[in-house]
Amino acid sequence: MRYESPKTTKEAVTLLSKEKGKTFVLAGGTDLLVKLRMDMIEPDLMIDIKRIPAMNEINKTATGFKIGAAVSGRQLGASKALAKAWPGVVEATNLIGSDQIQGRCTMVGNLCNASPAADSVPAMIAAGAKAVVVGKAKRRAVAVENIVTGPGQTSLAKGEIIEAITLPKRPAKSGDAYLRFIPRTEMDIAVVGVAVSLTCKRGVIDSARVSLGAVAPTPLLVKEAAAAIIGTKLDKEALENLAAACSAACNPIDDKRGTVEYRVRVAGVLAKRAANIAFERAGGKK
Amino acid sequence: MKHDQKYTGQEFKVVGARVERPDGVDKVTGRARYGADANAPGQLVGLVLRSSHAHARIVKIDTSKAEKVAGVKAVLTSADLPDLTNGDAGNYATLVNCMARDRVLYDGHAVAAVAATDKSSAKKALKLIKVTYEKLPHVTDVDEALKKGAPLVQPTNKQDGKPSNKSGHFEFGHGDIEAGLLEADIVLERSYKTEQTHQGYIEPHACLATVGPDGSGELWVTTQGHFSFRIMCAALLGMDVAKLKVTSSEIGGGFGGKTHVWIEPVALALARKSNRPVKMVMSREEVFKASGPTCATSMDVKIGAKKDGTITAAFIECRYSDGPFPGIWGMLGGMTAWACYDLKNCKAVGVDVLVNRPKVAAYRAPSAPMMAFGVESTIDQLAKELDIDPVEFRLRNVAKEGTRSSYGPIYGPIGIEPTLEAVRDHPHMRAKLRKNQGRGMASGFWFNIGGQTCSDLNVGVDGTVNLTVGTVDVGGARASLSLIAAEELGISYDQVKTNIGDTSSLGHNDTTEGSRGTFSSGMATIFAAREAIEVMKSRAAQMWGIPEDAVEWKDGEARAVGAEHGNLPALSLKEIAAEAGATGGPIAGHHEVTADGSGVSFASHICDVEVDPETGKTTVLRYTVVQDAGKAIHPDYVEGQFQGAAAQGIGWALNEEYVYGEDGCLQNAGFLDYRVPVCSDLPFIDTKILEIPNPNHPYGIRGVGECSIVPPLAAIGNAVSNAVGVRLNHVPMSPPRILKALDDAGA
Amino acid sequence: MTGVHVSTSINGDPVEYVCPADESLLDVLRDRVGLTGVKEGCGTGDCGACSITLDGALVCACLVLGAEAEGRKVTTIEGMGDGEKLHPLQRQFIDNAALQCGVCTPGFLIAAKSLLDENPDPTVEEIRYALAGNLCRCTGYDKIVRAVQAAAKDLRRQKK
Repeated sequence: MRYESPKTTKEAVTLLSKEKGKTFVLAGGTDLLVKLRMDMIEPDLMIDIKRIPAMNEINKTATGFKIGAAVSGRQLGASKALAKAWPGVVEATNLIGSDQIQGRCTMVGNLCNASPAADSVPAMIAAGAKAVVVGKAKRRAVAVENIVTGPGQTSLAKGEIIEAITLPKRPAKSGDAYLRFIPRTEMDIAVVGVAVSLTCKRGVIDSARVSLGAVAPTPLLVKEAAAAIIGTKLDKEALENLAAACSAACNPIDDKRGTVEYRVRVAGVLAKRAANIAFERAGGKK
Repeated sequence: MKHDQKYTGQEFKVVGARVERPDGVDKVTGRARYGADANAPGQLVGLVLRSSHAHARIVKIDTSKAEKVAGVKAVLTSADLPDLTNGDAGNYATLVNCMARDRVLYDGHAVAAVAATDKSSAKKALKLIKVTYEKLPHVTDVDEALKKGAPLVQPTNKQDGKPSNKSGHFEFGHGDIEAGLLEADIVLERSYKTEQTHQGYIEPHACLATVGPDGSGELWVTTQGHFSFRIMCAALLGMDVAKLKVTSSEIGGGFGGKTHVWIEPVALALARKSNRPVKMVMSREEVFKASGPTCATSMDVKIGAKKDGTITAAFIECRYSDGPFPGIWGMLGGMTAWACYDLKNCKAVGVDVLVNRPKVAAYRAPSAPMMAFGVESTIDQLAKELDIDPVEFRLRNVAKEGTRSSYGPIYGPIGIEPTLEAVRDHPHMRAKLRKNQGRGMASGFWFNIGGQTCSDLNVGVDGTVNLTVGTVDVGGARASLSLIAAEELGISYDQVKTNIGDTSSLGHNDTTEGSRGTFSSGMATIFAAREAIEVMKSRAAQMWGIPEDAVEWKDGEARAVGAEHGNLPALSLKEIAAEAGATGGPIAGHHEVTADGSGVSFASHICDVEVDPETGKTTVLRYTVVQDAGKAIHPDYVEGQFQGAAAQGIGWALNEEYVYGEDGCLQNAGFLDYRVPVCSDLPFIDTKILEIPNPNHPYGIRGVGECSIVPPLAAIGNAVSNAVGVRLNHVPMSPPRILKALDDAGA
Repeated sequence: MTGVHVSTSINGDPVEYVCPADESLLDVLRDRVGLTGVKEGCGTGDCGACSITLDGALVCACLVLGAEAEGRKVTTIEGMGDGEKLHPLQRQFIDNAALQCGVCTPGFLIAAKSLLDENPDPTVEEIRYALAGNLCRCTGYDKIVRAVQAAAKDLRRQKK
């Protein structure tokens, strides 16, 4: 295996597209280096993007926020402006692993690892986040929900890299939240994850996005769940409809972390809880 | 043994102090050297190729390509390990477990090993070893293994003359169960299951082996018993015991898992074949897949009682999954089951069952937590049915001094009743609980053992003392043993330095297991110190020129006594030591003993939990351990044993389990999905040490290390039941199981 | 396999080494630099026994490549004390009997220091969550949390 640490995105893309062997992009490495250690991958080239200055920045832009692909969970958590605008996204990212993992892990790495159970991905999807995808010829903005295509699979073409994640500007009276279920209090992979983002107008939910993790081969954007709460003040009936829509959207598997039955049920439970938090953050009152 | 009460209530000067442990600085600075921290010039890296089949016949192993990899110095298969066990079934099982012979018996079973100059060459070679398997049907579940037509794990194993996976049947108890049940006003019958758990020590198995062409060898290893490792390795490899020097490294946790050899004979065999030092370190995945978990169990309990709360009959049968080799786990469990109670009619049946899972090793009070889960859960339900407070119910049936225990012996002074009384009177029992919160309690028992021990106490020229013992220090024993030596000699703690001797420096010492370390080495140390005192008294007599019988030893000094010599100034240990060269040479004391009368231990625990009825998640809110220590030599480390044991029990109760797939392969061989409790999962664990002296030990010591892993499973089950009204009969009580139980109960 | 040449700083000392590109910083520290106070408990970032700081951030050395340390600052348990003088955390771990087998202790100390550097007066809950990435199987964490509380107090007093 060779190790390269390019200084620019362009350089990284060139390395990526030129290499004939198996190539992996190293951001935080908290998934990649586990796979390397377990002999699940045998890279010919590993491209470390942490020496690319632009990828280490969090920027407030005219349209919202731009978060570099190498920004760690720890850096993200330290950004007050981001935590104020998108608390759910920040909390979700900060839930990944221990403080040790937070020192390294990145949202983009979490996304590109393409695990159905990734914590930050449902939160990004609910937030309407976009990935800035850079290839040799062009750069494109891709909705986060269109990146993961299956367990371990993404829609990125050979030679493409995600440079950053963008989050839209937040209208007033908005809130988001992410909750996951794990058997312990820390260190587990989500058995179920639910993210809710919503905006209120005159006390009523005007728009919403709901995303589920760990209940299907990819994180899901559940439009029916959003529809269940739009136009409501998140009354009991709306919450029950939300839970039912979330449970209905689940297509999980039985595995060492949970059963089908359990995941379907708890997806609804957590959706209600997450929606309540998001609603409260949006200043909503019941 | 006759109970000698003279040590009860004795006053100590040093023992009982919370002193700084002698290995503390090394361990907080990174200087302490563990199994993987030793290196030798020219050492090779040893790696093992393991089966990914649960059960298969090995048709052929082709190592020719692996042998040609640059840097590879030795490739090993079972062909390199001839059977030298002379019909010893236990040793043969160990040999087969270290390296599969004709069949692989579980996912993770070793089939070949490689030693190479670096890790990547060794890894490359492993990948080039070609093993041809013929898959065989497998069975991993203890109940399935006992069914008619189940795949046979060991076709030669027979029960009642017929091939069977049942490998052992042990019965304990007395009286007449049927007659007792007829006397009962109420009879409860319950069945339970517990899943397989692992000790989860943080340090993986690791060793550094050297074998010279002259047949002499050295092994640096993380172990609970370097003497027994030496015996086993020498037996499997045909070496002379005296020519193999085994040094125990600092040990990064064992809890029973480091009482058995796993990679060590392989490392020595690779070293012998390559004529180079070989270092082997297991990965965490290997630790889970191929080193000693404890058994999964399935059990049936039946208890009858009168309305006044008297138990009239108590029966339990528990089936233990031993892995592919027969063990004594059913026997140990059967002995412990009813030990807390004074019963007219009781019976415990322990059954050992072979399955295609890794070879089981001891895990802290091995086999006791499972039966206690069945017993204490059922007793709790019985108390409820009879509307008697569960502590009161236990007290009405409690074992006392003079009770004939369920496993045979008549008890001496024991601590179960005092622990229950302490629980009853503890403020924890009266703390308020909120909605979805519940409190449970349960009791537990462990034998403790004694065994072969010797220690060696040498007085240095400056009056400081070296104590050398052969029991590995797994939890702070060096501090305790230094305290004991200081107490006996009458000097200060910091004048004693305790070391763990290697196998060439002392006689045989049994393994640190069965909570025996401080009990047995403490006993040997006391008598070694007394021997050294006799020597020093004689030297003082010489220095004074008076008869030996005119000298007594008090507070660390020799004093001349009697009208004739009483005016002589005392001679301190330091002064006597300084003159040792002129008065007869080095001053030392030794003691060799098979320590007997280890004194049983009992614990009772209280636990508060909160259950989220929507997700089934249980949070432990408060936890209190009460246990009899006999005498707490170093109270900090006694508390530490109580807390650590309780934490392991809590993990077992709530989340830890081996998960096997249909293919018979282990699905969660790592700390990510084998979920031991993390810091944020637990509350502070309160402890109350009771001291009911063990009359068979000069200082009243009982083993303390294991007993407190026994009550938590039932204590938590009882608390969950009180919180949300459902009884969990399957451990771990994981969120999906609790949610399902709530559903089934229509909550 | 071609080795990568790395110049870095470990516990304040300049260090150079050559390692294979796929070798973890944990293996480099233990096997090439000789800092065996950094322990391997799992190799997958789940136990925290190999906790170090990299440019001030708490990380698991098993999840960093040796090659990544180029030009960065690494600190390990071996750099925690000040010569003969133990760090207050080290002292309090001993005084509070916060270690038994001790193999997790270096990782706990590094993680606890990282916490107290950022949050000098943490609550019990903050301590417990900050140390959730460090597994201890001996103590039940009780005495570890108490030792961190005591050391935090010592450090606050020192600052005054």
